[in-house]
Amino acid sequence: MADGSVKQCGGGAGCGTRKVIPIAARSGAADGFSGCSQKGGAGRAGCGSAAAPADLPPQVWDKVKDHPCYSEQAHHHFARMHVAVAPACNIQCNYCNRKYDCANESRPGVVSEKLTPEQALLKVLAVAARVPQLSVVGIAGPGDALAHPARTFATLRAIRERAPDLRLCLSTNGLALPDHVEEIHALGVDHVTITINMTDPEVGERIYPWIFFRNRRHTGREASRILAERQLEGLERLREKGILAKINSVMIPGVNDGHLAEVNRAVKARGAFLHNIMPLISDPAHGTHFGLSGQRGPTPAELKALQDRCEGDMRLMRHCRQCRADAVGLLGEDRAAEFTTDKLPELMPEYDPEARRAYRDWVEKERADQDAARGRELRALAPESGAAPLLVAVATRGGGRINEHFGHAREFQVYEVDGRGARFVGHRRTDLYCQGGFGDDAALDAMVRTLEGVSAVLVAKVGHCPRGEMQMAGIEVCEDYAFEYVEASLIAYYGRRRAEAAGERARAGAA
Amino acid sequence: MSYRIEAARCTGCTACEPLCPNGAIRESGRGYRIDAALCTRCEGFYDQPQCLAVCPIPMTVVLMESETCA
Repeated sequence: MADGSVKQCGGGAGCGTRKVIPIAARSGAADGFSGCSQKGGAGRAGCGSAAAPADLPPQVWDKVKDHPCYSEQAHHHFARMHVAVAPACNIQCNYCNRKYDCANESRPGVVSEKLTPEQALLKVLAVAARVPQLSVVGIAGPGDALAHPARTFATLRAIRERAPDLRLCLSTNGLALPDHVEEIHALGVDHVTITINMTDPEVGERIYPWIFFRNRRHTGREASRILAERQLEGLERLREKGILAKINSVMIPGVNDGHLAEVNRAVKARGAFLHNIMPLISDPAHGTHFGLSGQRGPTPAELKALQDRCEGDMRLMRHCRQCRADAVGLLGEDRAAEFTTDKLPELMPEYDPEARRAYRDWVEKERADQDAARGRELRALAPESGAAPLLVAVATRGGGRINEHFGHAREFQVYEVDGRGARFVGHRRTDLYCQGGFGDDAALDAMVRTLEGVSAVLVAKVGHCPRGEMQMAGIEVCEDYAFEYVEASLIAYYGRRRAEAAGERARAGAA
Repeated sequence: MSYRIEAARCTGCTACEPLCPNGAIRESGRGYRIDAALCTRCEGFYDQPQCLAVCPIPMTVVLMESETCA
């Protein structure tokens, strides 16, 4: 541990009066996209699950198709990096401790070193030269990207000039956002995340002890009222400029869990593109107010229930890994340690977009193949009426394929599969539990708990013993789809299970 | 009287530095320090001392009893 911080997000808060924010919802995004009120369904492309951009205007698809945070599908193929140039913050959140940092922790707000804008540019060029999947550079703190925006904007400007093929992105608590939308737009930032945890100051006062605004510290409900008004005003201004907005909300049981559906409606009405409801992290060891006061985070089932409730016609992000403010790589992996400041001189970065361009072209073709394979498997399914969906997990290292060994997986990606297709519903981490191999009962128990509710895990490879042990616990570990496409395999597996069940019913009927 | 930053508690987050109306806050080691000769506790500028109001770590910006006892 050294200096640094733990937080969950970019910031966040709610609004003025008991119900809704006193800001007239304006209509009409600059690019004609009306935000989250698109029709849902299995063909949804932006985030929730599927592939085909049938429900997205082409100019919006163009912005999200290679952004791993804005498109669930893109997160199989593309990497992001955060540069930690913004250590200062202008609010205090009860889930954040600005003194904490640990290289082994993977949470928002945590960094191992702070960068100047010049160092940040070198790091971006070094990563870009070695990670062809890189498509996005974001500034997510470790404080608030807009608390002292000069460093943030200097960094973004330098990257825009020297590496113009990379997308720019930033995260903020929104307090300062309305003052800076013009400049954000002028710099070509086309994705902004605002952390909004409430629109009701009565809820907010239990999340935010204070904010610093217009040269004053504000506390109590007043603080949350100002914060919420500013957040929603910022969101509306982003929409006017055609900048895609993602809303992060930290789910805090007993504090805002019953209120987030209202937040969802408020941000939807103001044109947010995507809502990311994520679980509170509240380990007492992190020294946050919530951690020290015994406030618990939600269970995976509670989180999913709330996400399902909010989904309706709004895009929900379910693939967030709550990454660090200096994360590098695909979501779920972190290569930050390869690119620390002391290593930058020897990495001798040069700008060459060719490898990334070639990679993007290849992904384009690969995606078309994956879509076609999924379509074939769906058509091969016999028609059914209202069969219950199956929860199936996959082990993947990216690329949209089942290409990870059961025992090496740091996480499993969980899909809900039925006759309409496979929908991503979340990931389950194993690295928290499964450190010492699979030999002992405790590790097995932990794995079974991690996979609670899951019928099967599709993997590239699995040992004989763990497969048997998982089978005993009622979870099939299957390597029949090794190195095949994720979604097509899930549908094929579902079809196989259904055929087996039908066969059993037939035999039972005959007997 | 001026304000002082407890070096052991300062995280170097930079929040206070650009807010000081007197330019009294400078980088020092891993954190920041206040030049007591320049600090006016923001009197005449703001009704709250800016460094104290923005600092995220309690008990880090503190009043110095005498200008000579740095």
